[in-house]
Amino acid sequence: MAKYLIGLYDDDEKLLAGVAAFDREHVPIHEVCTPFPVHGLDHALHLRKSRLPDAAFVYGALGTLTALSMQIYMYTIDWPVNIGGKSHLPFPSFIPITFELTVLFAGVLMFLSYLYVNRLYPGKRARIYDPRQTDDAMVVAIADERYWDAAKALFQKTGAIETKIVEL
Amino acid sequence: MFESPIREPLILGHKTYRKITDDLVAPILGPASWKWYVTTAFTAAVMFAGFAAITYTLFVGIGTWGLNKTVGWAFDITNFVFWIGIGHAGTLISAILLLFRQRWRMAINRAAEAMTIFAVICAGLFPIIHMGRPWLAFWFLPLPNTHGSLWVNFNSPLLWDVFAISTYFTISLLFWYTGLIPDLAMVRDRAKPGSFAHWAYSILSFGWTGSAKQWQRFEAVSLVLAGLSTPLVLSVHSIVSFDFATSILPGWHTTIFPPYFVAGAIFSGFGMVLTLMIITREVLNLKDYITLEHIDAMAKVTLATGMMVGFAYATEFFIAWYSGSYWERYIFLNRAFGPYWWSYWAMVSCNLFIPQVFWFKKLRRNPWFVFVISIFVNIGMWFERFVIIVTSLHRDFLSSSWRMYTPTWVEVTIFVGTFGLFLTLYLLFARFLPVIAAAETKSILKTSGDQYAGLSWEAYQARKREGAIAPALHPTLDPQNPQS
Repeated sequence: MAKYLIGLYDDDEKLLAGVAAFDREHVPIHEVCTPFPVHGLDHALHLRKSRLPDAAFVYGALGTLTALSMQIYMYTIDWPVNIGGKSHLPFPSFIPITFELTVLFAGVLMFLSYLYVNRLYPGKRARIYDPRQTDDAMVVAIADERYWDAAKALFQKTGAIETKIVEL
Repeated sequence: MFESPIREPLILGHKTYRKITDDLVAPILGPASWKWYVTTAFTAAVMFAGFAAITYTLFVGIGTWGLNKTVGWAFDITNFVFWIGIGHAGTLISAILLLFRQRWRMAINRAAEAMTIFAVICAGLFPIIHMGRPWLAFWFLPLPNTHGSLWVNFNSPLLWDVFAISTYFTISLLFWYTGLIPDLAMVRDRAKPGSFAHWAYSILSFGWTGSAKQWQRFEAVSLVLAGLSTPLVLSVHSIVSFDFATSILPGWHTTIFPPYFVAGAIFSGFGMVLTLMIITREVLNLKDYITLEHIDAMAKVTLATGMMVGFAYATEFFIAWYSGSYWERYIFLNRAFGPYWWSYWAMVSCNLFIPQVFWFKKLRRNPWFVFVISIFVNIGMWFERFVIIVTSLHRDFLSSSWRMYTPTWVEVTIFVGTFGLFLTLYLLFARFLPVIAAAETKSILKTSGDQYAGLSWEAYQARKREGAIAPALHPTLDPQNPQS
């Protein structure tokens, strides 16, 4: 069980101003939870850019290679069928399946990576600071007790609607 | 954030974040009305009638259908292409309109994507049952086998279809579920702790909390999945059209098939989305979210894609004449004036002539009028596939083998049954999942809510001075820069 001081904002622009104030005063923010994606919040929290799109590119390339090597192995190397003297390496015919498998690999593996890096899985117990964080309030959680007094003052100054200490 | 006054509000009723949650969670956690039970029982009965007809086909054989030696494809593939087409609007709305940053997609993307998934399920039934021996359906897969490992034919568009449709189904499902996770968490946190609903939505929402890092990854994944789905949706119906276009049959052997099929698919998909969304907004009381502006926008897309399809009809006729190919010309004259003339003119009337009423703004903004037109679109697009498949086949190169095709009760029951399946799945979706993407709708509230949208720059500044609109302090949300 860990204790957190949380502040609730009811407006995304107030939240951004609040986060900027915490940053200026060097009060470390443990986590910010919002009911919808707030644009600019990742910059305000200095979050590193997600590398999932790069991973998706690698997965897609893996799909391309899998599809091409599968088709070339089966159709050209393992059992070349003579269909009216047509080519055993019909590249244009391989394109549709290559494209589909590229998309399939990129999409599925990226989705699985997304669940993995976010530690999301069916049945996981959600660590919710306040039920309003998926409804209408943005929660800023401060973990380090040494900063709680400073944080409380900052929450008040930047217009948080509520501050409280929660245990989870 | 300032929004140009020419943009109409997309969320009415002076909503707050809390009110959006209330409106979307109410139909899920509240009790269902008796009407929902009656409707679902009815559609489920229709669905089971369809399953019974499928079972009958499996036991007795494809001979129970109206097919003959000349017309070897008819209702089965018509229905397959029809259902696959229905699905395309969902991906267009959620993926292509996301890349174009169209905000009106937010209210309808969730339901449209659900329709995509359900339509692909209905579509997938037909290629499997039309094989006659569906227990051998796995022969479609490139698996090592006891035939000396004779592999599948990679030159065949029918095989490309297997890959295209299974990929389409998988990616659509993942895209849909990615968006659902945060909204399921919203339902979870509204449900009474300890209740069955809380337990079920806890499992389904994967422990989502909505932390900044989760949202950042969410947006990255959504954008990449949208980028992948956009060429995917175009490829799927292109490949479906290859099933016909790569053959040498007059009426099928046409280079315009891929774009023509894609436009038709989006057209038919929007027809179905309009049909169901106009009912949904009425029944679930979502008129503040699915506004006349949304119906207007969808009607415009319907008009545009309907005209593309109409243009393709004209092009086909022109090329049939211009090519100088005797067979090609005959097939097209036979389509319009032969024994199946009624299906051709049903198609042209429903797809080209009737949607022309959408040139009038008054009519585009009359939901029940749009509803009636959308039914015509659904009918017209079914006939388009029927015309393409049956009229090209029934009079082939040898006049002694010319035959007519009439469906039997088995085929009709299977087709009607897929409507039962589609609607049952949709009704379950509307009952147990949020039909509108709640998080996304909340994120556009301050640009498209009716208390914010439509203000001139001066009025916006004045309201801001009054404190009615919270000041923007983050540099990326600079109030001096109307672009931000």
